[in-house]
Amino acid sequence: MEGNKMKVVTGLKEIIKPENLAYHRSEVLVDNTLSYCPGCGHGTVHRILAELIEELGLQEKTIGVSPVGCSVLLYHYLDVDIQQAAHGRAPAVATAIKRLLPDRFVFTYQGDGDLAAIGTSETIHACNRGENILIIFVNNGIYGMTGGQMAPTTIPGMKSSTSPLGRDVRTMGNHLKMTDIVATLDGTYFVTRQSVHTPANVRRTKKAMRKAIEYQKLNRGTCFIEIVSNCPSGWKMTPVESNKWMEANMFPYYPLGDLKVPAEEKEKQQKSNNND
Amino acid sequence: MTEEIIIAGFGGQGVLSMGKIMAYSAVMQNMEVSWMPAYGPEMRGGTANVTVIISSERISSPIIRHFDTAIILNQQSLDKFEPSIKPGGVLIYDGNGITRHPERKDISVYRVDAAEEAGRMNMSKVFNMIVLGGFIKVRPVIKLEYVIQGLKKSLPERYHSLIPLNEKALIRGEEIIHEVQKSKN
Amino acid sequence: MEKELRLMKGNEAIAEAAIRAGADGYFSYPITPQSEILEYLMEANPFERTGMVVLQAESEIAAINMVYGGAGCGKKVMTSSSSPGISLKQEGISYIAGAELPCLIVNVARGGPGLGTIQPAQSDYFQSVKGGGHGDYHLIVLAPASVQEMADFVELGFDLAFKYRNPVLILSDGAIGQMMEKVYLKPQKQRSTELLEWATTGKGKREERNIITSLDLDPDGQEDFNHRLQAKYAEIQKNEVRYEEFQCDDADYLLVAYGTSARVCQKSVQIAREHGIKAGLLRPITLFPFPSVRIKELGERVKGILSVEMSCGQMVEDVMLAVGCKVPVKHFGRMGGIVTTPDEVVEQLKTIFSGGK
Repeated sequence: MEGNKMKVVTGLKEIIKPENLAYHRSEVLVDNTLSYCPGCGHGTVHRILAELIEELGLQEKTIGVSPVGCSVLLYHYLDVDIQQAAHGRAPAVATAIKRLLPDRFVFTYQGDGDLAAIGTSETIHACNRGENILIIFVNNGIYGMTGGQMAPTTIPGMKSSTSPLGRDVRTMGNHLKMTDIVATLDGTYFVTRQSVHTPANVRRTKKAMRKAIEYQKLNRGTCFIEIVSNCPSGWKMTPVESNKWMEANMFPYYPLGDLKVPAEEKEKQQKSNNND
Repeated sequence: MTEEIIIAGFGGQGVLSMGKIMAYSAVMQNMEVSWMPAYGPEMRGGTANVTVIISSERISSPIIRHFDTAIILNQQSLDKFEPSIKPGGVLIYDGNGITRHPERKDISVYRVDAAEEAGRMNMSKVFNMIVLGGFIKVRPVIKLEYVIQGLKKSLPERYHSLIPLNEKALIRGEEIIHEVQKSKN
Repeated sequence: MEKELRLMKGNEAIAEAAIRAGADGYFSYPITPQSEILEYLMEANPFERTGMVVLQAESEIAAINMVYGGAGCGKKVMTSSSSPGISLKQEGISYIAGAELPCLIVNVARGGPGLGTIQPAQSDYFQSVKGGGHGDYHLIVLAPASVQEMADFVELGFDLAFKYRNPVLILSDGAIGQMMEKVYLKPQKQRSTELLEWATTGKGKREERNIITSLDLDPDGQEDFNHRLQAKYAEIQKNEVRYEEFQCDDADYLLVAYGTSARVCQKSVQIAREHGIKAGLLRPITLFPFPSVRIKELGERVKGILSVEMSCGQMVEDVMLAVGCKVPVKHFGRMGGIVTTPDEVVEQLKTIFSGGK
């Protein structure tokens, strides 16, 4: 009988059917090979951002600002309008974009050298003015692109090419907690610190970023998301080792979680707790 | 016709605003004009001065070292600018606080004791308008009616109620200015 | 509509002209002697009138990068500062030139180097016309000599900036910034709502995303880009030279001066002629592109050229390049914030070209 015949899977074409789809590359991600090192967190952060832009229908209205650093070529990977800013100046650039085109979704994407060293002033003042932008801050405690030099966020004792004996806080200063600083400013609305090294953390980061984008639609002020990430090349570790090292060494200095939660969010949580 | 004027005194005496009203009056009279202040920290507490040029032609340099008329409101300014008056030119000064009076013989000297008069009339705010009244009496390059128009143009609307007081001061200035010396040039 | 007559400072004229030219944004940081521009705009509050954004930035660096962001959106944006602040902006200006963005930068110059003085000077000529920041680029440089030109060059500057997608610099100085003169203001122009096809305004229905960047890691690509920039500058050189002549036709001696110095020299020409010296003045209005061709022509007719600048002699190099060795070219200038007087120039003319009567 025909019905008893076993269905024979003959090849790839059979597998690639809509009903078998488990994951698809977001339309907002350009099909370019990423320039990031294997195991680097940037690719995952790009993916989260691209998926949210797609899911929230913002591709036509998004203007991003890329930094100087590993993610300078962000515009090769995201299919949205992007301006590449001078080192550290992305928040100033984004300030003008958002003020002049207030109904666009505007974000900056910056590393720790860009945001926390040379761009400290622009970061703090944009946050303090409460510019209605999203700042995505990827912190891996090192200058990745230029070859692993010490960053302001390099943790005490950590080795880098310019702190080969480990960061000595007596002569090199302390690790700078930018996210803690901006959380104290009246202009910031939502400030959180996340990571993307496990699927659960990816989900949490995506959830936080979705909220930030929604707050921007509501003109709430600056949203600031730090993503504590790894740098396998700069740290001279395998991707797996680097993630373990990050958990053990970075997280104590940069604990994950929300640093500033909007009152409306707290109320929402309260209500859902009461309903439970 | 070109009249090159320096007004100099203490910061706070209304030197710059007198120059501005003078300039606006000239504009009302359809003349060319430039108003060039000495700017910067020099103004704060120290001396203030402004060069005003009024002309029937396009003005070339707004920055000049020699003047047809000097309006002098304190001793430092008298010392500084008396030598800069062109031979045959005019010096107008307020005698208040002056210990060394003008010495040049080749210029005409007029005195307008505006500080004293403003004190007597209890209208210290329009001290500079008494001086300006004196100026337009002896150098009628601008007419009183245009000064009133200039005042309207340069004062913010909320101060327009003060225009009659200013007019009174201008007229008083015209009355009290007097010649000390005719130029021997 | 009729033009409106006002008596204004040069700085105020720039501010009001910016509103009326339909500018979209002004970003700056206070510095003497040009803070009146920001003060005037804050008081005028053009956001209510036209929607123009005015923002006091935290630094010159932030201000010029705000201009980068706004210009990248195809908006009419500008900043202003004075010499030390313009130095701070140079990185951003280089990026703007490298990304081929249109914008207007105003330098109400003061004496330097360093913190220098707050009094007027023209010692930023090299910085303005030879580059200023890193890389092979030029700004279009306009040199106003009156309050009227301070106002007029705002609109002209924006027009040139958008025509060539190139930053335009108004090189003024403290004297013109602080001076009040009559100025005829043009009527209010509507702000443009057009989305320019090259600008980052959100991808919209466009096929391709727009990218604003000055980065090209491929040396061949970067060289091609530089050739393209140079071709643009050649085009600007061909089309946009502006200058004014004053009694040059029968002149034996030519003064070359711009901005405040040109005002001084105009009077010097009068005085010199009263003394029997046939002097003339060529006033470059654009410093880049420089009126080299006209200066060369005049150089073939006169006995000597005196470049008068409030500096130790910067523009004089371009005058020399223009005339070659055909005629003696000398420099005269005061420094440190001192403005040359008309008589001094005439004295120099007599001394330098002795026998010149």
